Amino acid sequence: MTEDVQMLELAERYLGGDMTEEERTRFDQLRKERPEIDQLVVEHSLFLQQIDQYGDRKSMKTLLHDTHNQLREAGEIREEMPKVRFLQAGKYKRVFAVAASIAGITALAISGMVTYFSPKSSPSEFAQLKREINAVKASQAKAQNQLNTITTKAESLPVRPVDPGKFGGTGFLIDGRGYLVTSAHVVAKADSVYIVNSKGEYFKAKTLHVNEHTDIAILKIADSRFETISRLPYAIRPNRGDLGEQIFTLGYPRTEIVYNEGYLSAKTGLNGDTSAFQLSISANPGNSGGPIFNHNGEIIGVLSGKQLSAEGVVFSSQSKNILRALDSLRTDSSISIRLSQHSALKGIDRVQQIKKIEDCVFNVMSY
Amino acid sequence: MSYDASEQDLIRRLALRERAATETIYKTHFGMVQTLIVNNNGSVDDARDIFQETMMVLYDKAKSGEFELNCQLKTYLYAVARRLWLKRLQQLQKYSEEVESLAAVVPVEDDVERMEAQQQSFSLMEKAMLSLGEPCRSLLDAYYIKKKSMSDIAASFGYTNAENAKNQKYKCLTRLKKLFFAQYKTQ
Repeated sequence: MTEDVQMLELAERYLGGDMTEEERTRFDQLRKERPEIDQLVVEHSLFLQQIDQYGDRKSMKTLLHDTHNQLREAGEIREEMPKVRFLQAGKYKRVFAVAASIAGITALAISGMVTYFSPKSSPSEFAQLKREINAVKASQAKAQNQLNTITTKAESLPVRPVDPGKFGGTGFLIDGRGYLVTSAHVVAKADSVYIVNSKGEYFKAKTLHVNEHTDIAILKIADSRFETISRLPYAIRPNRGDLGEQIFTLGYPRTEIVYNEGYLSAKTGLNGDTSAFQLSISANPGNSGGPIFNHNGEIIGVLSGKQLSAEGVVFSSQSKNILRALDSLRTDSSISIRLSQHSALKGIDRVQQIKKIEDCVFNVMSY
Repeated sequence: MSYDASEQDLIRRLALRERAATETIYKTHFGMVQTLIVNNNGSVDDARDIFQETMMVLYDKAKSGEFELNCQLKTYLYAVARRLWLKRLQQLQKYSEEVESLAAVVPVEDDVERMEAQQQSFSLMEKAMLSLGEPCRSLLDAYYIKKKSMSDIAASFGYTNAENAKNQKYKCLTRLKKLFFAQYKTQ
């Protein structure tokens, strides 16, 4: 205990610059020799800074508080409610009470009737927008053959899987070191996952995390040919999008990257799912897992599916689900992902935005 | 580009916690914020809280030294207060779209976030201080916050000499650090 106190005193004098030259040299030596003392100094320096800020803030708060009371007593500021409120509260209190209860009862009755009469929605109303590749298999196989014949000479060319995948979707980078986000259903039941960039290069990827409830999956490109992108142009917006907000997405409903735009049409998903959004955008099988950007180029969601019984109703998982997935990834397997904090796409022309994003959006193939 | 030299000067003096400058800003702008709050489902107490938080945002920004007012102080304070109040309403789930909007709202999100981060460490230290108990709390407060000398403290706390007071102080400090870091690390 006494040694602790002595060490603390030394640390404080050291940090406060109250040591003689000789003491200081000796203490520096001590820090080098004993890591626990070095640790103490670092910790104490942080602590002193915190207590300083605390004191500073406390004084400011006291000053504001005093100022308020002083000014109020001197009559320089007045605390007053708007007069209108008083009038309403007093004169019409009873009328309001009666009106409110009638309104309440009516609302309850109506909502009861709506629930009773509304058609029960079934899961089959929801279509996940992964793409079954068989449909395009033929044309792709042809293209592949052509490519193969052209490139037989070049041996250094990337290996590509023999068959096109069973299912296709879209994925996008969230960390330039090769971490991607896509929809959980795109990679569900996949034996292996490949991703393809807009230039047609294939990379092998592995699935790190899947959350079927929020329909989010995190992949990591496990291929040495993948070149790390130092800074992603877009950031993830953690808070909810706003109703009516303009949005756009990039995806792979074909083997070609496709752009679509629309707006956010409801803050919840199918049957009031609060982890999703409803969008009004045209989306096709293959768009699943595509990033939903707002006009500033911030990601607000991940496209997941559409309602079959209605036209143009598309759902997207909210961006906060990505952050949650990253949190659980950190705790489960201590992989920490560096998100880009600021969007570099603010205030620039859409065409320019897409040019910057394009290279970070991939076609996800699952086998 | 400074918008208004006298306002710039006021803000500089606010960063030094100068009473007169604080009073001037308070007097000039409190009414505006109060009107905003009470006209949007808030009480008089809410108005005082929000205005004081707004002042803390301004204070933090002024202290960080990066403050360049590119709009009128009034516009800035209004934007901050509005943002804070919207956040408060959202927390209370009383969010209404009714909060009146001003045509040009300056972006203040980063400043508000900075204030909230500062406020969070403040609350941690405050909690640690409160659970410390007397006489430790007053002793540390006198030394670290009121910056009194050890001999003054010894005299006012009834210690026989400065050395005794100092020993006591370090014991208290060890406890405070434990309390503080216990929360700080679980954060």
